[in-house]
Amino acid sequence: MSPGTRGELILSNINKREFLKISGVLLFGLGSGALLEVLSPGEALNAEEYIADPEALKANSWGMVIDLKIVNEKIIARCIKQCHQIHNVPDIPDKKREIKWIWGELFKSVFPDKGFEYFNIRSDLGNKTIPVFCNHCKEPPCVRVCPTKATFKRPDGIVMMDMHRCIGCRFCMAACPYGSRSFNWMDPKPYINDKNMEYPAREKGVVEKCDFCVERIDKGLQPACVEVSEGSFHFGDLNNPESEVVKLLRTRYTIRRKPELGTVPQIYYLI
Amino acid sequence: MFEKALIGGKRYWSLIGVLLGLIFIAFICYLWQLKVGLMLTGMSRDVSWGLYIAQFTYFVGVAAAAVMVVLPYYLHNYKAFERITILGEFMAVGAVIMCMLFIFVDLGKPMRVFNILLHPTFHSVIFWDMVVLSGYLLMNIITGWMVLQSEKNDAAPPTWVKTLIYIAIPWAPLIHTVTAFLYSGLPGRGYWLTAIMAPRFLSSAFSSGPAFLILLALMIKKYTKFDPGREQLQSLAKIVTYAIIVNLFFIACELFTVLYSNIPEHIQHIKYLFLGIDGYGKLILWMWASIIFMVLASILLIVPSFRKNERILSLACGLIIVGTWLDKGLGLISGGFIPNSFGHVVEYWPTAPELLITIGVWSTGLLIITILYKIAISVKEEIG
Repeated sequence: MSPGTRGELILSNINKREFLKISGVLLFGLGSGALLEVLSPGEALNAEEYIADPEALKANSWGMVIDLKIVNEKIIARCIKQCHQIHNVPDIPDKKREIKWIWGELFKSVFPDKGFEYFNIRSDLGNKTIPVFCNHCKEPPCVRVCPTKATFKRPDGIVMMDMHRCIGCRFCMAACPYGSRSFNWMDPKPYINDKNMEYPAREKGVVEKCDFCVERIDKGLQPACVEVSEGSFHFGDLNNPESEVVKLLRTRYTIRRKPELGTVPQIYYLI
Repeated sequence: MFEKALIGGKRYWSLIGVLLGLIFIAFICYLWQLKVGLMLTGMSRDVSWGLYIAQFTYFVGVAAAAVMVVLPYYLHNYKAFERITILGEFMAVGAVIMCMLFIFVDLGKPMRVFNILLHPTFHSVIFWDMVVLSGYLLMNIITGWMVLQSEKNDAAPPTWVKTLIYIAIPWAPLIHTVTAFLYSGLPGRGYWLTAIMAPRFLSSAFSSGPAFLILLALMIKKYTKFDPGREQLQSLAKIVTYAIIVNLFFIACELFTVLYSNIPEHIQHIKYLFLGIDGYGKLILWMWASIIFMVLASILLIVPSFRKNERILSLACGLIIVGTWLDKGLGLISGGFIPNSFGHVVEYWPTAPELLITIGVWSTGLLIITILYKIAISVKEEIG
């Protein structure tokens, strides 16, 4: 499949949504009977049909399970390198302006509310670096606040960014309770060391984040971080009771980041 | 009537000249920002909104405050305010335009701003904020202009103008409520996640807005032949007094809930703002100054003999404008982002170009207010 596939997929989604919206606005604004006739048949919706790759991985609800017993700083570093290389994530030296899709944070910073339960009895865990990235929430606040639907949720649960539509208002960054989003404070291109021509680079002024490697999933591949995680990352359908991730969740105690906020994060950490 | 803006004395033209100069400097800085991106500002991955959005928030309040002169006149038939409703409405026009410009200069992709209209998203508060702000702008331009014109022609304004005014009255608190909802509806920001955000916005708006109006009116009295009137100023002063006391009360409610409940996600922001965290505390001084200014101003305003003294009244108004600005135009936005989702402190301070662009937007608003006031006052001087 060509690298354009992901673009086409977005495009077909947009065209449908755009069509509905524009028609809605026109109806709302003009309320004309003639317009109703023009718009009612709905053939335009089928004008551009997207044909999925038969190899594409499918799920009702994608999610990730991370085994904190296996994962370590070396694995995280490899995940970062792999993810950032294939997605053309720039390496910006100024920490305040950096872009990151996946990175490591201390357990106690990621789970500040778990202080009582773990830090006193397990200081090793509290000071362990664990991987963090977009939680692909089932109830994503970023999607709720975006004024242009530049960030949206796919039917399979992946929270996506349309970098061509984003106006750079950064409301999503304020809304995300996990700090998962980065903004291009400058042109990122000079900071991309090893360009991947198969994947687009961004312009200054837009927000970006982890997209669960949709471009790989849609070709039948696992997300890049999973492949290099030495078995510490597990990706699968959380809605399927037979899937590997669900089976794994049954075996061990798991926690998620700030579930009390009602965002329903889809990244699980196995303790 | 517009021709009246083109005839003015030396003082008028020098003011226009200075404002245009500041706007020009800001424009150059903005072109620079457009070229290199928002890295020109002090904002960061962790504090992703800064001075621009804070100014937007503050001036929505100033705009909403026009209702404090419109409502008593149109709903309570308080005749004294007839003389100054136009000042309130035209101040609102300048303030709303500032708000829109502040949003615009904050955008990473300003050329795509119309995506908000192209892809209207009803679940986004920004969409509704755009709707209420543009509606409010139009209402104030139209009603202000129509009422002034009929005053000039010594005729009653058309009845539809009155209908529009009656719509504008509840619309005013609405613009600031929707603006508060931008923040108070976000799940992960403890400092903003409070139901008292919108009431607090309104109380600080209804003190700072009329305080601006008092200062503007005193300037008009000093430099033009039009006297907005002593009774008018004193009535405004009472509104300011009540509003600033209510504002302090709301702040106390917020502080009690946050501090007594002792919930870390909420306390950490207050701690950063007023005490600092791990040696980081760029805003400590400013936040305390904000509280002290507001308390001091309310004491000055409560004592009738002080309030009636126009010099002390202007001092109190100045304290309120600065105090509420420090609270809302400086602390509110940074405070919500610091510490970040991981409890780390990354501080924010605006850069020089960011400040110059901000001054330029203020100047644009002031320029609009100056021109509109010039027209209004010329008409008022004519009819006496």
